[in-house]
Amino acid sequence: MPAITVNQDLVRTIAELSQLNIDAKDIDGYAADMTKVLALVEEMHTVDTVAVVPMSNPTDASQQLRQDEVTEADQRDRYQAIAPETDGGFYLVPRVVD
Amino acid sequence: MSELHTKTLSQMLQDLDNKVYSSVELTQHYLDRIERLDPSINSYITVLRDAALSRAASMDTARSKGSHSPLAGIPIAHKDIICTEGVRTSAGSRMLDNFIAPYNATLVEQLNKAGVVTLGKTNMDEFAMGSSNENSYYGPVHNPWQRDRVPGGSSGGSAASMAARLCAGATGTDTGGSIRQPAAFCGITGLKPTYGRVSRWGVIAYASSLDQAGPMAQTAEDTAHLLQAMAGFDPRDSTSINQPVPNYLAQINAPVAGLRIGLCQEYFDAGLDDNIRAAVMTAAKTLESMGAILSEVSLPNTQQAIPAYYVIAPAECSSNLSRYDGVRFGYRCANPESIEDLYKRSRSEGFGREVKSRIMVGTFALSAGYYEAYYRKAQQIRRLISADFTRAFEQVDYILGPTTPSTAFKLGEKLDDQVAMYLQDIYTISVNLAGLPAISLPAGQSQGLPIGLQLIGRHLDEGGLLKVAHNFQQASDWHLRRPDDNQ
Repeated sequence: MPAITVNQDLVRTIAELSQLNIDAKDIDGYAADMTKVLALVEEMHTVDTVAVVPMSNPTDASQQLRQDEVTEADQRDRYQAIAPETDGGFYLVPRVVD
Repeated sequence: MSELHTKTLSQMLQDLDNKVYSSVELTQHYLDRIERLDPSINSYITVLRDAALSRAASMDTARSKGSHSPLAGIPIAHKDIICTEGVRTSAGSRMLDNFIAPYNATLVEQLNKAGVVTLGKTNMDEFAMGSSNENSYYGPVHNPWQRDRVPGGSSGGSAASMAARLCAGATGTDTGGSIRQPAAFCGITGLKPTYGRVSRWGVIAYASSLDQAGPMAQTAEDTAHLLQAMAGFDPRDSTSINQPVPNYLAQINAPVAGLRIGLCQEYFDAGLDDNIRAAVMTAAKTLESMGAILSEVSLPNTQQAIPAYYVIAPAECSSNLSRYDGVRFGYRCANPESIEDLYKRSRSEGFGREVKSRIMVGTFALSAGYYEAYYRKAQQIRRLISADFTRAFEQVDYILGPTTPSTAFKLGEKLDDQVAMYLQDIYTISVNLAGLPAISLPAGQSQGLPIGLQLIGRHLDEGGLLKVAHNFQQASDWHLRRPDDNQ
């Protein structure tokens, strides 16, 4: 796989997917940084991994599941005490539907 | 009482038992030192003066009534990525500057049950992303050995605070070397346990298939005391290992004679500082003189570790950090015009540059058309790296090498070179990819700066690592050296 040169359009696309605003003056900087990191990781493509099973857990363990039982009481008031804005038990956000 | 901080945690436990001094006196001593010395180190984000003294008093009372809590009255600090109920837990980020954790992490609960006194929360690279502690919303941490140098990262505050004797022990987290690299730079002992050995419930996530919390202290014995309290199964962490916790202190004095220790060829490459190479070889010879059997081993895919890590970690961070949206907790931008404006401006204003950069790389690696070539490929490389260790551990019991390629570098020196900063973790990252335990301990100095030695063990062999480290510390004094307060 050839190394990727990240251009301004790709930065804008990835920023959109990441839900980030990138100032116009910073776009070239992000493009340069991403290009360097992708060049760094390019080394991976020199290795043949055709028959290698991907490893997602370093001990090859699968996730442990708990019994489907309620273990905690409702703590809405405690958790909403640290929320930016709430009203009557609801989290407030700008109007979504006109 | 003016030299209490020079004692080890283990000595403090004896002294508290023997009523040589009280936990209140010890805690007050550390609080005074923090007030006097930390302005030039910046290792703490939050100091819990009143709560610490109150807790110390209750631990003194408990001791006087015969409490046998193993760490009763010992003052420690928590990395500020670990949730502490009722106390700001910022992860070094503006995003969580206003976040008062509503609960304790399991490891905090366990240490509290063991009787510790929490002095405060330590500085760190934002969301644990960094190797120099320069990526903190609260400013950089200064290395106590030379204040114009970095302490390493991301657990730089914990390491600097321990090195300057502003706590008796500390907690850290290690995703690619974030306990071991700052431990090496600051001349202390730091253990990254096996993936899943210490619960991560309540530890703010960075890269979930790599993150692990662990102890940082002056000596291997002190580290064992802390790990004993921290380790164990937690049903609230789905990656937690359900295996009994051995008595680490009971085996720490066993001899190293007959143990096979492998020197990893790839860790002594051209990029390694000559003084570090010499110090690590001297340490290996010390262990050999105690009966350990040295040999060479190879981990041929070592060069692939940084490339694989810088795909996997950003990919997982982009997913984990999607929870910060300005809605339920954390930073919210002023006067959002729409829900999209709320998300985007809260995230853009709340996150620092390195965090945004990693989110972007990770989002790219997971995006349609690139997933197979990057994320899946990195996970295949990860399998090869893990297999390298499996093969090596058929020949040897432990792998020995340097923790870092250089000693602590100057503040600002690598700030403009992201890739040079990433290469700092060349000897530590493979361990996270393979989920293994590893310890860094002081093994020398170069131009007044500490040198770290790394030992890597098999899964769940933290006890063996602590034993080898303790044996080495019985034959050396690097772990007893500390920086001049007036540096």
